[in-house]
Formats: sequence, structure tokens, C-alpha cells
Amino acid sequence: MTAETALPAGAPPDERQLPVACTDLRVSFGTVQAVDGVSFSIAPGEVFGLLGPNGAGKTTTIRVLTTLIRADSGAVSVFGHDTRTAAMLVRHLIGYLPQQLSADFQLTGYENVWLFARLFDLPRGQRDQRVREVLAAMGLDDVRDRLVSTYSGGMVRRLELAQALVNRPALLVLDEPTIGLDPLARGDVWERVRELREETGMTVLLTTHYMEEADTLCERIALMHHGRIRSEGTPAELKARLGPGATLDDVFRHDVGTAIEDEEMTGGGRDVRRTRRTAQRLG
Amino acid sequence: MSAVRVAPPSASADRWSPATLMPPWWRLYPSRILTFWLVELRKIRHDRTELYTRAVQPVLWLLIFGETFSRIRAIPTPPGISYLAYLSPGIMAQSALFIAIFFGIQIIWERDSGILTKLMATPTPRLALISGKAFAAGVRSVSQVVVILVLSAILQIHFDWNPLHLLGVAAAVVLGAAFFSCLSMTIAGIVLHRERLMGVGQAITMPLFFASNALYPVKVMPGWLQGLSAANPMSYEVDALRGMLLGTPSALLLDFGVLAIAVVAGVAAAAALLPRLAR
Ligand SMILES: Nc1ncnc2c1ncn2[C@@H]1O[C@H](COP(=O)(O)OP(=O)(O)OP(=O)(O)O)[C@@H](O)[C@H]1O
Ligand SMILES: [Mg+2]
Repeated sequence: MTAETALPAGAPPDERQLPVACTDLRVSFGTVQAVDGVSFSIAPGEVFGLLGPNGAGKTTTIRVLTTLIRADSGAVSVFGHDTRTAAMLVRHLIGYLPQQLSADFQLTGYENVWLFARLFDLPRGQRDQRVREVLAAMGLDDVRDRLVSTYSGGMVRRLELAQALVNRPALLVLDEPTIGLDPLARGDVWERVRELREETGMTVLLTTHYMEEADTLCERIALMHHGRIRSEGTPAELKARLGPGATLDDVFRHDVGTAIEDEEMTGGGRDVRRTRRTAQRLG
Repeated sequence: MSAVRVAPPSASADRWSPATLMPPWWRLYPSRILTFWLVELRKIRHDRTELYTRAVQPVLWLLIFGETFSRIRAIPTPPGISYLAYLSPGIMAQSALFIAIFFGIQIIWERDSGILTKLMATPTPRLALISGKAFAAGVRSVSQVVVILVLSAILQIHFDWNPLHLLGVAAAVVLGAAFFSCLSMTIAGIVLHRERLMGVGQAITMPLFFASNALYPVKVMPGWLQGLSAANPMSYEVDALRGMLLGTPSALLLDFGVLAIAVVAGVAAAAALLPRLAR
């Protein structure tokens, strides 16, 4: 396989490099070893799912990848650019939806996206059109001039997707895009992601706690626990290992086991609190 | 929905080269500062209540404190200048200070609400992000300049209404607010929690105000306070404002020089501590 032919249409030349290559990543916070030797890579155009229980280290891994924090050791490169030495370039290539709700409630939907169009240095002549485009693609046409404080949780999340898309990223990073949403709003968000994928073939890295959703959407999955990757493969491969009729839920239980209760008692508290706060903001 | 049109453009090496993606620093910084300015203006437009409530305090200072102290004539003022006229540039600087100190609280709130995380994942260097925030504080504080100018006109205070001087007044207030917002964001980067910052903020705003020439001339202060005042950027801000509004003798070059250096140092300090907020 030549790298050239593996390129999805319209991909940047840098996609000849792997969208994500992560080698032996380690991150600690004080005494907590949040990420403990993680290596994985994502192929061009792939939808890659990073799964695992609360406190597994998914968000920490993503925060290294998006240049927000530095790893203690190991390296991540995005399309061949090291996240430490080429941080600004890497940021230009990524569209990032953080786990926490992050839209500015004091601004309108339009202004939120417009802010990011400016921060990603979109040429002045293209800004307005691009902002309207992504808002329309996320179904927020009618409400774009309303303050975000009047949005529903699902609308806020779709707005944040629009923000993440305004720079036409080559890699889309979604950290629990459906957190705190009702089943309908959740389905809606995934539907938008699926459409995007079909239209653009862009590479997606996502995390979620909903196994059925990961199963249908992800082409490849890595299951993390205690800062390490426990198993990795296509959903079919992972399920097949446990025998016929197994679901991704079973794989999760198998890999994580009963340790999940200990986890909630120790490390996960901070994230549970944050998640609750996010849920509160969602109302 | 079928009409999703967010596809990347056709493959062009230019579109993805670092040079196309990233403007040179001399365009990047002004562009980011302008962005945060515009966003701040939008926020002011959406919620004007703060604009009105913020106007109350300086009005009270001038009407109650100012009028009373004019009457007792306790404070010596330069010849030909009433105490009320002498006081109003000081109140201008003070109310800008109160707005700026709020910016550290805002940045902690933005961190807690996830906004900061996402801003920091955009191609915006830390220095540019802090500069943007600092000058956003400047924009907000210019509203106080307007309030006090209007009030002064009503109270028939004799200001120098030369437009060039008024522009200089706005510049001095913007620089002052930029510095004090950086001070506040620096403390935010140290204490990390809103409640603690509120405590520290309250503990330093009053000393900053009283250990300056905002209410009384430096020469009536005891020696140690004069020392503090000389190290307080607020004094230079007020000195510049008085010089431009009242024509009192002032060292404008020194004043603006000190303010500019203070802003640069403040931006650097706040930017250096920003990663602590991002952890
Ligand atoms: N800023 C931080 N300071 C201290 N500890 C942290 C910090 N961020 C994460 N941790 C700890 O690191 C571990 C991994 O956290 P991380 O947020 O990466 O987990 P996660 O897999 O994203 O979990 P969740 O599913 O709950 O989002 C947890 O034990 C967490 O408490
Ligand atoms: Mg997480």
C-alpha cells in the first residue's frame, strides 16, 4: 500500500504521516500515574475510540495530544508534527471538543463560532460564510443569534462541534461528546459526526462511556484502564475474543473487571465532580 | 441533513503549510488582541447591567466623598484647582482598577467552565491570550472614563477637553487596567481558586488605591507611604490623567513609560503562570 493512495480526498499532504502516533506516553499528577506507558496510532480517515472507566487516563492522553499539557516522557505526533516542538501547527490541524462544556454562555452561537474562526486565522473574506456553514451543518441555523445561555444541552454540544469544525481540522478530537445528554440529543450528535465522516473522511479520535455507540461508530478501539491500554482492535475482533454473542459491554467488564469500584473510591472523584458540574450546567 | 458542507478544501499544499496557517507574530498578536477586544464589546452589549452598576461607585465617590472633602478643604490642591477636579482623575483610575481586578476571577471562572481549555487549544500563544484578556479589561474600563467625563461635565469641573488629551486619557486608563488585570490573573495563577482570589483581591485593591496619589497629593503622605506610592503604577496613571485633564505639572513621559513597562511585566508574569490554570 502506498501512502499516496491511502489518502482520503482533499487531505493535506501531511496525512502521509499518521494522524496520531503516540509512543510510550507517561503523565503523572503528584502521586497519581494518570497515563502509564500508552502507545497507539491512528490511521488516516479512521474513527478511533478510546474507551475505559472513569479515571482511566483518556482525557489526560487527549490533553497531551492537543498540546494542553506536557507528558513526563514519551511522545505524541500529529501528522508527523511533535506536539511539543510544533504545538502551534498541531493546534491548527486539530478540532477539539473538550469533555467539559466549553461554549461561552455570554455570547450568541454565532459569536462563539466566529471567535474560533478568528483564533484559527481564517481569512477575513471567508469567516462569515464558514461560520454560517458549520452552524447550518450542526442544525443551529435558526438559533445562531440567540445567547447560548438559552440553548438546551444538546444544542450547546452541537455548537461546540461547530466550533471544533470551523477550521476544517484534519483530525477531530471528541472527548465524551454526548456527556450529560438525553438519548435523543445523543443520537443527534452521533448522527452529525457520522455525516461529517461520510462527507469529509476526516480522522476522528473519540471517547465515550456508551459501548453500543462506540460499537457502531468506531472502526478501531483501545480500551484503557489505570493509565494503560488493556486491549486494542476492531470492535469485531475485541468481541470475538470473548466468544460468540459477546458485546462491547462484556469486553469492557472483562478488561476492567471488579477494579472499577476501587477506582471510583480513589482517582475518579475529581472527574465525577467535573462531570456532575457539566451535567448541572446542562440543566 | 444532506447539505453538510464542511469538507476540507481540495488538496493544496499551500493550505497546510505552516506559513499559510500561521501569520507572523507581528500580525498574530494585534489580531488576537483585537479578537478579545471585539468579544468583550459583544459581551458588554449583551449585558449592560454591569455597565450601569459599575457606574454607581465612582458617582458616589465624587458626589459624597468629593463634595464633602471639598468643603472641609482638608487636602491641599494645586493652585486654581478645586478638590473635586483634583479627585476625579483619581476616581477614574480607581474604578478602572476595580474592573481590572475582576479579570482574574473571570479567568478562573473560564477555567472552571472549560472555556479556557478550549482557548488554549487554539493556535494562540499564551502571551497573546493574556495580552488579549488584558486589553479586554482596558475596553471595559474605558466605559468608566466616559462615566466620569460626563459626570464631571455635569458638575462643571473644568477639564481640558482637547480631543488629543482625551485620547491620551483613554490610553492611560487602558494601560492601567491592562496592568491590574494582569496582576489579578497572576494572582489567579498562584491561588487557583475563586474564593481565595476574592480574598486576595479585596486585600490588595484598597492598599493600591490608598497608597497612591488618587485621593491626596504625595507630599502630604508619611515617608514610607511615599515610597509605596512611588512603586505603585496607579500613581503614575493618576499623574498622567491629572496632567492631561487638569494641566497640572506631570511627568507624562515617565508616567507612560512606567505603565508600559508594568504592562509588559504583568503580561509576562500572568502568561508564565497560565499553565498552572490549565493543568
Ligand atoms: N489536573 C489533574 N490534577 C490531578 N489529578 C488529575 C488531573 N487530571 C486528571 N487527574 C487524575 O488522573 C487520572 C486520569 O484522569 P483522566 O481525566 O485522564 O481520566 P478519564 O479516563 O478521562 O476519566 P473520565 O471517564 O472520568 O473522564 C484520574 O485519577 C484523575 O483523578
Ligand atoms: Mg475524561
